[in-house]
Amino acid sequence: MDVPDGLRYTDDHEWLRVEGDAGVVGITGYAADQLGDVVFVELPAVGARFERGRTFGVVESVKAVSDLFAPVAGEVLEVNPALADQPELVNAEPYGAGWMVRLRLSDPAQADALKDAVAYREMTKAG
Amino acid sequence: MRRTSLYDRHAAAGARLIEFGGWEMPVQYKGILEEHRAVRQAAGLFDLSHMGELFVAGPGAVAALAYALVSDPGRLAVGRAQYSLICAPDGGLIDDLIVYRLAEERFLVVPNAGNREAVTDAVRERLAGFEAQLDDASLRTALLAVQGPHAQGIVAPLIDADLGALRYYGITPARAAGTDALVARTGYTGEDGFELFVPWDAAPALWDRLMEAGRGAGLVPVGLGARDTLRLEAGMPLYGNELDWTVNPFEAGLGRVVRLDKAGDFVGRSALEAALARPLSRTLVGLVLRERGVARHGYPVFAPAAAASPTGVVTSGTVSPTLGVPIAMAYVPPDASAVGTMEAVAIRDGRVAAEVVALPFYSRPR
Repeated sequence: MDVPDGLRYTDDHEWLRVEGDAGVVGITGYAADQLGDVVFVELPAVGARFERGRTFGVVESVKAVSDLFAPVAGEVLEVNPALADQPELVNAEPYGAGWMVRLRLSDPAQADALKDAVAYREMTKAG
Repeated sequence: MRRTSLYDRHAAAGARLIEFGGWEMPVQYKGILEEHRAVRQAAGLFDLSHMGELFVAGPGAVAALAYALVSDPGRLAVGRAQYSLICAPDGGLIDDLIVYRLAEERFLVVPNAGNREAVTDAVRERLAGFEAQLDDASLRTALLAVQGPHAQGIVAPLIDADLGALRYYGITPARAAGTDALVARTGYTGEDGFELFVPWDAAPALWDRLMEAGRGAGLVPVGLGARDTLRLEAGMPLYGNELDWTVNPFEAGLGRVVRLDKAGDFVGRSALEAALARPLSRTLVGLVLRERGVARHGYPVFAPAAAASPTGVVTSGTVSPTLGVPIAMAYVPPDASAVGTMEAVAIRDGRVAAEVVALPFYSRPR
């Protein structure tokens, strides 16, 4: 399963790509594969604020409902508008067109506490 | 957990396996949506060996089954099948099942995997006093289904019976790829298709022959995930979702199955007669969500939408792969069950608008 270098990962299978004081969040290819075909993504409103670890949305596959957890604290700058009509992008391109939200990071240093690609690969290999 | 004789085939095909009714079964191979579409547009191959197969035979078989079930198997011609229900004395639904008449005095009853033991126990008990014997062949009978518009073209070359002459809900003995089989034109997908009952150990070779025969016709193996979305689009109830011990057949829209007009007593008759005499307290409807969201089993329903508190509950829901909209079945009060009624499904913190529609959601083109 593809785990790109340069991203940060949570134990709940979200990824975070830090871009200065902002960050893009999605779910990993491993998570998308485990969920199966994604049919619905519920995302927050622009401007919503989340503490680290709080639920910011929901992703649903045919069989399962899964909460999305904020990998770091932040304010929603943008949500991926394409997912409303094409939730399958989460399966097809989990690290690309299937991204979910862009956050203004409250504390960019929080990203350092997340796993790097090597550690995440190790975790999903064991799991 | 039990495994079917096709376990190795599932593992080799990369299936994701789950526990279902005490069995380790494939929930998906390549993906539920892809498998669902294959069945609608071409064909799918299912391992249903977890389901029960009970043979009931003897001079008293007709009378025994008429007593044990709510339907009237005596009305079946040889080679025909009917959808039926088995109820407890209090009218509680033990299971829904298919009854096939194989001969004048020989029937095949097919219950759900998870209810096999309860049904077997009930049927055995109810056969007492009748000249009929029960043979639970579930663990030595495999069941393969080929469903979809290309099913007949795939199955026919492997069968020595004329499938063109086999009508919907018909069954015939035949040779299938070198083994003795019962071939039925039944299914749980809303498509044309066949179910093949074969000896347990003959299933792997038949599976391979079917896969080979279907290669050019788009046949793919299909798991329980797509089986669920297919039956839901077809408006077919699933025991454990739409049906359970607390539901009576009239609430579930299955009153036509209950033959109160048949001669003699049957288990559940007085309770079902009483239930029919009372106004229904709830009725099963189809819903299409008119806003974004997915209604899931157990979600409360405000029916009608203006109701102050939830008055109904979702029994099954998904995003319809064929229609592209969220669909659900739900129990709602009868006065809020007319087609066109607007309801609201409680999904997490919000309410999502839903409209009552006629079932099924999907009918195959004919």
